[in-house]
Amino acid sequence: MKVVKESIAGTLESSDLLVKVAPSNKGTLDIVIKSHVFKQFGKQIRRVVTDTLAQLSVDAGSIVVEDKGALDCVIRARVQAAIMRACGSNELDWQRLS
Amino acid sequence: MKLRRSMLFVPGDNAGMLSTSFIFKPDSVMFDLEDAVGLSEKDSARLMVFQALRHPAYRAIEKVVRINELNTEFGLKDLEAAVRGGTDIVRLPKTDNADEIHQLDALVERVEKACGRPVGDTKLMAAIESASGVVNAVAIATASKRMVAIAIAGFDYLVDMHTHRSSGFEPELFYARAAVLHAARAAHIDAFDVAYGDVNDDAGFLREVGIAKLLGFNGKSLIHPKQIELLHKAYAPSEAEVSHAKRVLAAADEAHRKGLGVVSLDGKMVDPPVIKEAERTLELAQAA
Repeated sequence: MKVVKESIAGTLESSDLLVKVAPSNKGTLDIVIKSHVFKQFGKQIRRVVTDTLAQLSVDAGSIVVEDKGALDCVIRARVQAAIMRACGSNELDWQRLS
Repeated sequence: MKLRRSMLFVPGDNAGMLSTSFIFKPDSVMFDLEDAVGLSEKDSARLMVFQALRHPAYRAIEKVVRINELNTEFGLKDLEAAVRGGTDIVRLPKTDNADEIHQLDALVERVEKACGRPVGDTKLMAAIESASGVVNAVAIATASKRMVAIAIAGFDYLVDMHTHRSSGFEPELFYARAAVLHAARAAHIDAFDVAYGDVNDDAGFLREVGIAKLLGFNGKSLIHPKQIELLHKAYAPSEAEVSHAKRVLAAADEAHRKGLGVVSLDGKMVDPPVIKEAERTLELAQAA
């Protein structure tokens, strides 16, 4: 999927996260993770984000995640929503969302 | 017997509630994609619910997804997310007639086949929210083999009836409650009473639970976790009721052993309906 515009999904409430997506000028995939539990869960959060992006075949874009203690399933859903919005896509390929 | 006393509403875009609702152990959790979710968040909520359905923490709880109406731009997408995510039950809001259930049934089957779920695995329930729905309740309740429950939803129904909620006896809901409940019993499915909106009014909530229980509803739709324990306690049989139920079953066993059709206990006849009620009491007590 190709990121063509800026998007945002999620909130900064507890147990949630805010995902900001933007097109990449350099054609690279840049992921920034911010979390108050980064020391304990930073690697896990990054893994969930990168796996979700890979499932959606996103290989370029700026992804900024501000985590507020979200479960993996919430991280996956918010990243998916932000990418769908950033790609201007209304149709979901459910095979990619598992 | 699947207990359906408490069905907790969880807004589909509320990460906090999606992450914690299982802790409160409702009999069923209902992820809401309809009224609780704003138009701009429907897409994100749908994905949140799809992911939550697959979370191991919800494996032991009956999962229900309230989709948007099928004639909206969201309904079909919600249905895909619910069935593919593995929901146990799809709840259709604002059900006015049996044709809507027939349509839903066919669509669910299509998604089940597409995603590899066994056909018939996904159950259905209908929310009755209008005068038309109440009048057609029997046809709705019997419209599909997938139907496991119907619920009366008070707010829209009362608007449709040109009235509003009162406190106390609530005569404005009497006919709808009775009609929906009779439809459920005739169809041998479960019935849910209306949600109680004031989460700070425990006394009012328990008064309404008393009405629902006495009428014969299986339980209520709930909008706050604190209502779960109140409801479960109110629905739990008393020690005296449990003791009586055990004596009824013991008397029935003895009659069976002696080859008697009917036996009396404390001067009252113990026949199949009494035995059935005693069994239900013990099941409720065990669950509580």
